[in-house]
Amino acid sequence: MPIRSLSSALKLGAVILIFLAGVWAQASGLVDDFLFYWPDVKYLSVQHLWLTLISGSLAIIVAVPLGILLSRPSISKWAESLMQLLNVGTTIPTLAVLALSMSFLGIGTLPAVFGLFVATLLPIARNTYVGLRSVSPALMEAAAGLGMSPTQRLLRVELPNALYVIFAGIRTALAINIGTVPLAFLIGAGGLGELIFTGIDLYDTVMMLSGAIPTALLAVGVDIAVALITFLIVPRGVNPGRQR
Amino acid sequence: MIRLDNLTKVFDTPDGAVIAADHISMEVPQGEICVLLGPSGCGKTTTLKMINRIVRATSGKVFLDGEDTSGLNTEDLRRNIGYVIQQIGLFPNMTIEENITVVPKLLGWDKNRYKARARELMDMIAMDAEAFLKRYPSELSGGQQQRIGVARALAADPPVMLMDEPFGAIDPINRAVIQDEFLKMQAALKKTIMFVSHDIDEAIKMGDRIAIFREGKLVQYSEPDELLSAPKNAFVESFLGEDRALKRLNLVRVRDVVSDDIGTVDVTDTLATARERIDSHGYRDAILMVDDRRRPIGVISRDTTASQQGYCRDHTRGLPAVVHLDDDLRKVASLMFAHDTTWLPCVDDDGRLCGQITQRDMTHHLGSRYRSRRTAQPVIDGDRPAGS
Repeated sequence: MPIRSLSSALKLGAVILIFLAGVWAQASGLVDDFLFYWPDVKYLSVQHLWLTLISGSLAIIVAVPLGILLSRPSISKWAESLMQLLNVGTTIPTLAVLALSMSFLGIGTLPAVFGLFVATLLPIARNTYVGLRSVSPALMEAAAGLGMSPTQRLLRVELPNALYVIFAGIRTALAINIGTVPLAFLIGAGGLGELIFTGIDLYDTVMMLSGAIPTALLAVGVDIAVALITFLIVPRGVNPGRQR
Repeated sequence: MIRLDNLTKVFDTPDGAVIAADHISMEVPQGEICVLLGPSGCGKTTTLKMINRIVRATSGKVFLDGEDTSGLNTEDLRRNIGYVIQQIGLFPNMTIEENITVVPKLLGWDKNRYKARARELMDMIAMDAEAFLKRYPSELSGGQQQRIGVARALAADPPVMLMDEPFGAIDPINRAVIQDEFLKMQAALKKTIMFVSHDIDEAIKMGDRIAIFREGKLVQYSEPDELLSAPKNAFVESFLGEDRALKRLNLVRVRDVVSDDIGTVDVTDTLATARERIDSHGYRDAILMVDDRRRPIGVISRDTTASQQGYCRDHTRGLPAVVHLDDDLRKVASLMFAHDTTWLPCVDDDGRLCGQITQRDMTHHLGSRYRSRRTAQPVIDGDRPAGS
């Protein structure tokens, strides 16, 4: 009981602090300063989300089949080396990837999408591969022994059982993606990076935060959305979130 | 019927070729359980898995019901063979109902038919369909999961079943229960079953026939009683253990040994009558007392008849134990040891006395098998070391 009353006291304190911070922000005119950028935030957030959506979907479309392909027994010999190659790919800083893709594809949305796509690819492919490989051999033997064809095994047993891990990869990848989109401004693709980098250049904290705070909120929002999709799509028997 | 014809598996390993199964030829008659038994790495599991091609045979053929299976497509072959594995392998993403109906769905049954079949199977394994069909495997205990595993293998009513140490991962108490249930089901279903085990007691309990494997070779293939009474060589002997004669106790029912020659007294008899009967039957220390429906209710000891007067009903000692006609001799021996007695009354389903079983009868019954063997099979048997 003492612990519970302590934690509820802390919660109450936090609420009061937030309220006081709000009062202070309002009184000092900070809210008005932020609201000045509201139209920009709206426009840029949409642009930001578009970049994530396009690059993210492309990454999922490519990475999931890639992970499936790599997990097939017929190419298991090379799978680990290919995975290493992708790993090396992620160690290249995203900024460098963006810079490189700019030098091939010029300025604008296209090189930004390509750079983001590359940065997002690996976590999804890796998790798909690992998720499929970690399906218990006993399940695979049972599935084979009951007379499922390789495709039926993939669709009815392997993918459903790996789905939770695959979605975890997508979640991580999209969070990285949203956090990386601001860099896309540097190669002329827009997004909330416009407010952030311009704010930094102008020593304008309010402008910088008007870009940074929505970016953070978008990341949290997308994360929650993917978590929700995971909760709904992954079958109950293999969904840690839905076990009674 | 399952017939294996020179089935061989050679694994190529970095250390050279390893022969996991060496020209295995055997036949399991329709409706029987054949247990493949042996130490680990002896080739029993490999042999089993070659039948449904989980392991590809290097050479040799498998015949099911007389038909050569090498012409069949792998998926079709497997859908017609029930398969149960030790790790159970229920699909955690599917409900119990979906798990059970996997094979019927693969075979293209319509929805009503496979749903009805799922319920029928739940009845068969004595689990409540309403309570379990919509649940997921992770919500069931190990024993329940393996029952479902067996139900899934039986779903499309395959004539043949392969079971790879199916009850190996279940605790001993539940294992005995599931084995009994399974035998009861098998008595009705009459599947032809190959069953891998490394547990001799399980093999004796489950098997109509037992195949002993060693280093990829089939060493002996016989009925359990034959196996225990006439092990073919020193390896089989040592594998079965020093107490193999005791294991035969499991195989013999009271019914086979019981003698109906038993003297009794009624509750209304006098002790003097009891004394006479004890003497006339030559009993050493006591006689059984039965009630008016010939149910055993107590014993009158010789000492009592010598020292007391009156009616039997007033001088009875409690009954040590009774055995049923369908009990096995292992239980009988155990009761005899527990109650320090050399004989026990036997009763039928209604609890009526139908004879007695004595320690001498038991040893005689078990021993006669060895004696007849010794005379029937003199020293000619080459696999048998001389003098044993």
